[in-house]
Amino acid sequence: MEHSFLIHHAGDLVGVAVKDIPADQEVVGVEMDTGDVVKVVTRAPVLLGHKVALAEINKGDDVIKYGKRIGHATEPIKVGDHVHTHNLRSARW
Amino acid sequence: MVDTLTGYRRDNDRVGVRNHVAIIPVDDISNAAVEKIAALIPGTLPLPHAYGRLQFGDDLELTFRTLIGTGANPNVGAAIVVGIEPVWTERIAEEIAKTGKPVEAFAIERHGDLRTAEAAARSAQKMLQDVSGMARVPVDLNEIWVSIKCGESDTTTGLASCPTVSRVVDRVVEAGGTVFFGETSELTGGEQLIEQRCETDDVRDRFKKTYNDYIAMIEEQDADLFGSQPTEGNVRGGLTTIEEKALGNIAKTGTVPVVDVLAPAEAPKKAGLNFMDTSSAAAECVTLMAAAGAVIHLFPTGQGNVIGNPIVPVVKLSGNPLTVETMREHIDLDVSGLLSRQFGLDAAGEQLLNVVRATANGRLTAAESLGHREFVMTKLYRSA
Repeated sequence: MEHSFLIHHAGDLVGVAVKDIPADQEVVGVEMDTGDVVKVVTRAPVLLGHKVALAEINKGDDVIKYGKRIGHATEPIKVGDHVHTHNLRSARW
Repeated sequence: MVDTLTGYRRDNDRVGVRNHVAIIPVDDISNAAVEKIAALIPGTLPLPHAYGRLQFGDDLELTFRTLIGTGANPNVGAAIVVGIEPVWTERIAEEIAKTGKPVEAFAIERHGDLRTAEAAARSAQKMLQDVSGMARVPVDLNEIWVSIKCGESDTTTGLASCPTVSRVVDRVVEAGGTVFFGETSELTGGEQLIEQRCETDDVRDRFKKTYNDYIAMIEEQDADLFGSQPTEGNVRGGLTTIEEKALGNIAKTGTVPVVDVLAPAEAPKKAGLNFMDTSSAAAECVTLMAAAGAVIHLFPTGQGNVIGNPIVPVVKLSGNPLTVETMREHIDLDVSGLLSRQFGLDAAGEQLLNVVRATANGRLTAAESLGHREFVMTKLYRSA
């Protein structure tokens, strides 16, 4: 199956859609540092450039991308969720 | 594959890749005369701007440094400086003249716009003919000072266009060249990554102070950057937080050490990767880096920032397939193949280096061909 999202680093909690992905779709992503393949089923549409959750993230927990914290979850996040301004906020402002 | 590299070698041994006759106003009220001169002598380059009156302190010094640096930039072969009165006008012209290039100053008071424009146009005509006779000569990659700044970023910039620029940054610096990066507030969330790359403790301390001062300046306004950083365009493209944006931004800075911290528009003292304290607004940042001597700018974009600069060719690259398709006329290099994994970063870096060589050799960038000439000076605070 052709990949629909990319993951910067193994261990990242989110991947980035490289095409528009509909909801309820099983899709494949590739870890850019390892080449390993990851599968998720989307729970919402994830447009090109938007993020899909690869793991459960509790409210208040760090969201990891590039192997670094990019903010914290403002809502509980489930695998396959769209991750954006509705459930992720900067820890800086 | 473009394997030759050429440019204009100036009297001070700096290398330019364009050969402009710049018509530089000292102040906002001299813009009309400047435009008249450029209209009389097509082919000259007017640089109208909004400031230059009743500034003071650091803000005034930055305006001087920006105007002098713009005229001194090796992409400028000759310059005309026009101001309302002679003292500041001659001060700027004399500083530019230290590069050895032809420069003349014209003050409007006691002459008026029309007599000033006629006299300046006669000089500008001769300059234009003279610089047009200068020949490109072979130059080395390390003589092409490069600036980098991304804009209208999205998640694809961190995946594709920024890492592509990173490859070229490493190549230029390893060849002994000079590269500028900046965007002080946009490092937030990744500022420690830059601190770790500072070459010495002194550079690291100055970087930390510069970063902290910028954030303090924002906080002094009783404000924060929520809603501004990331921008609405960034958010539309999938970027959610400043930390995420910063990590993508930093992905373009290569792997080489940071050798120095520069004030806005300050010329570098050392070869290597120089950090400059700048706004993250594209036109302001590119204008400051051009004033410091950059001659080619590499601009990764996600959602499609259309910026250009009058004296420095801005090379734009994007990895976002939607942007590349819908804004084709703005994009010099399509690296969306990195998202589809059709090619890797080594190949993308080589493609960008080819575009750099072609641009140095005279090929117009998308922004140049579309007439983008955003010359925007940075204002530090209100005028007196």
